[in-house]
Amino acid sequence: MHKLKTFSMGGVHPPDNKVSKDRPIEKLALPSKVYILTSQHIGAPAKVVVKANDKVKVGQIIAEKQGFVSANIHSSVSGTVVKIDNVMDASGYKRQAVVIDVEGDDWAEGIDLSPEVKQEISASPEEIKESIARAGIVGLGGATFPSHVKLSVPKGKTAEFLIINGVECEPYLTSDHRLMLEKAEEIVIGVRILMRALGVEKAFIGIENNKPDAVEKLSSASASYRGIEVCPLKVKYPQGGEKQLMEALVNREVPPPPGLPIDVGCVVFNVGTVFAVYEAVQKNKPLVERVVTVTGKSLKAPGNFLTRIGTPVSVLINAAGGMPEDTGKIISGGPMMGKALSTQDVPVSKGTSGVLLMKEQESKRKPVAPCIKCAKCVFACPLGLEPYLLARLSMRGLFDRAKEEGIINCLECGCCSFVCPANRPLLDYVRLGKTTVMRMIKEKKS
Amino acid sequence: MTNTILYTVICLSAIGVLAAVVLYFIAQKFKVDEDPRIDEISELLPGANCGGCGYAGCRQFAEAVVKAEDLSEFFCPVGGSCLMADIAKTLGKEHVEKEAMVAVVRCNGSYDKRPKVNIYDSSRSCAIATYQYSGDTGCEYGCLGLGDCVSVCLFDAIYIDKNTGLPIVDEEKCTGCGACVKACPKNIIELRKKGPKGRRIYVACANKDKGGIARKSCSVACIGCSRCVKECKFGAIEVKDFLAYIDFEKCRLCRKCVSVCPTNAIVEINFPLKQKKEKAEHHA
Repeated sequence: MHKLKTFSMGGVHPPDNKVSKDRPIEKLALPSKVYILTSQHIGAPAKVVVKANDKVKVGQIIAEKQGFVSANIHSSVSGTVVKIDNVMDASGYKRQAVVIDVEGDDWAEGIDLSPEVKQEISASPEEIKESIARAGIVGLGGATFPSHVKLSVPKGKTAEFLIINGVECEPYLTSDHRLMLEKAEEIVIGVRILMRALGVEKAFIGIENNKPDAVEKLSSASASYRGIEVCPLKVKYPQGGEKQLMEALVNREVPPPPGLPIDVGCVVFNVGTVFAVYEAVQKNKPLVERVVTVTGKSLKAPGNFLTRIGTPVSVLINAAGGMPEDTGKIISGGPMMGKALSTQDVPVSKGTSGVLLMKEQESKRKPVAPCIKCAKCVFACPLGLEPYLLARLSMRGLFDRAKEEGIINCLECGCCSFVCPANRPLLDYVRLGKTTVMRMIKEKKS
Repeated sequence: MTNTILYTVICLSAIGVLAAVVLYFIAQKFKVDEDPRIDEISELLPGANCGGCGYAGCRQFAEAVVKAEDLSEFFCPVGGSCLMADIAKTLGKEHVEKEAMVAVVRCNGSYDKRPKVNIYDSSRSCAIATYQYSGDTGCEYGCLGLGDCVSVCLFDAIYIDKNTGLPIVDEEKCTGCGACVKACPKNIIELRKKGPKGRRIYVACANKDKGGIARKSCSVACIGCSRCVKECKFGAIEVKDFLAYIDFEKCRLCRKCVSVCPTNAIVEINFPLKQKKEKAEHHA
């Protein structure tokens, strides 16, 4: 057997804990109220086009994108707009949201809700891009970068490879895994759509080897298409990072920021995004729902729920058997890169891949000891940075030096904090330094 | 034997003289003409290198002061007015009187007035907490109490009160250098005029939420009701984004706003107790 591919530098092996991997995707019952944020993507927040007391249908645009790097927001339910309010989101700050009272499930016209899989792709590349932009699709892996922007290849650059991210390297999360098992055919069609939009001949689907069933499903679904290759990868965190995945699959290195995958001829999409692209182009269905994993060791019924955007996290927790008593933290996303939520009322947004309930004991920070320069963090860093140094520089406010040391390359994957035997909060300080340096660069520009 | 000692002494002396001559010429060649007054001024300055004057350190400040025509733009917050007078005297320039400033914390949400709604369990730094979320209380704008201001203070003039979780400024020690103002990620700390006898009035709140929301998270929040604005005869108060702000240049310290504030968000400092004053009026 040949050696499985993976990225070369750093990486860690956190325990898998995929407790919900055998739970089929379940449609979550409609909540009584949804809170749809107007900023669920990177870029300018969308501008609200409805007002209080307006009646809306599922799939109707309620906020329009502002500028090129932005995305449309659609109503995920039918009912009456209660108000435009500020609600706490996963960032821990209050952001603008449209609050809608749910009444029935009335979809907007023109959306194909039939279960048949539509194989034939009739749309032209331009039409595909337009459908994707209209449907408000963003990267569903968590970065929430508007997809139509990725598809618009800048002049002078050409896309050679389409890379599909089915890695799901975060422990606990299984939403992409279940999607690949249950919607393999649709995902392959989505890949073909994206290949056509970009005009590329070759697509790679990278899946970590801990999901052999997904590898098999997608391989057989894509067997008749020569250009699509399913590649099982060696399990290693953070393989789901764009740069790491590209290195593992096509051995190309993205130039340091502001370099993008397209600079070396690659475009990367998450499998969830690909499924949303299929629905948008073939079924004219905007992005109003996504699969969210609700998981945790002491949760009664962890599962994968097809959730309408804007559903409060508390509804999801109740659907999974209620909040266990020993819960210490609610995390949006996975345990490595996810964010602890400050309240259960935070609504699901396009980038919410999972909700993780951590036991109090596991979630608590351990006492911090001095750094002994063991360099475990240096070996774990997938970007070859020196986390202990970056953390110390930013702790002392030496941001110029941190910039020279390449702090803005940091992916914030958390490998350094994970391996540190002294439990030092390395990522906390590296992130502080990174945000400060980014701000300094921005100020210099303007 | 004696010869060896003699040769050694002569030889070394010759090298010494030669080196001295070479060094003299080099020193003459690369001589930097520096104003001797810079050293004089440097001696006068506190030497804390706090950066409160806007220069990198005391030496740089001294250089700038010596070069300047007019001293009105310069102020060493540490040494204060009397130091500036000394500097003016040394340089033979005119002294411009400037009022002393003091750091003021615009948040009064102690533990009992602003209950915690979640537990913060990350690094003890306000800057780190700020990029993670809005804070462990319902108020998005209030003090986090993690002490970034304490760690930047070079004069030991600010500390976190364990009972309230809020920073307290030691007026005696505070030099008004503004390091804490820059360090506070919530922009709560402000430099205000110290005032006559240290008397000051300010709005101890930074909450820009609507009244109802602000009040819900904190019982001493400014709710933007504008009653103080109506009460103020000097036009010193202005409400913007549901938050009142008292302009210390215009404020005449009459304390009318303090008594009308429904949430006690306006704070008076170093005034004699109000009760006594009322009694005194009564007697009169």
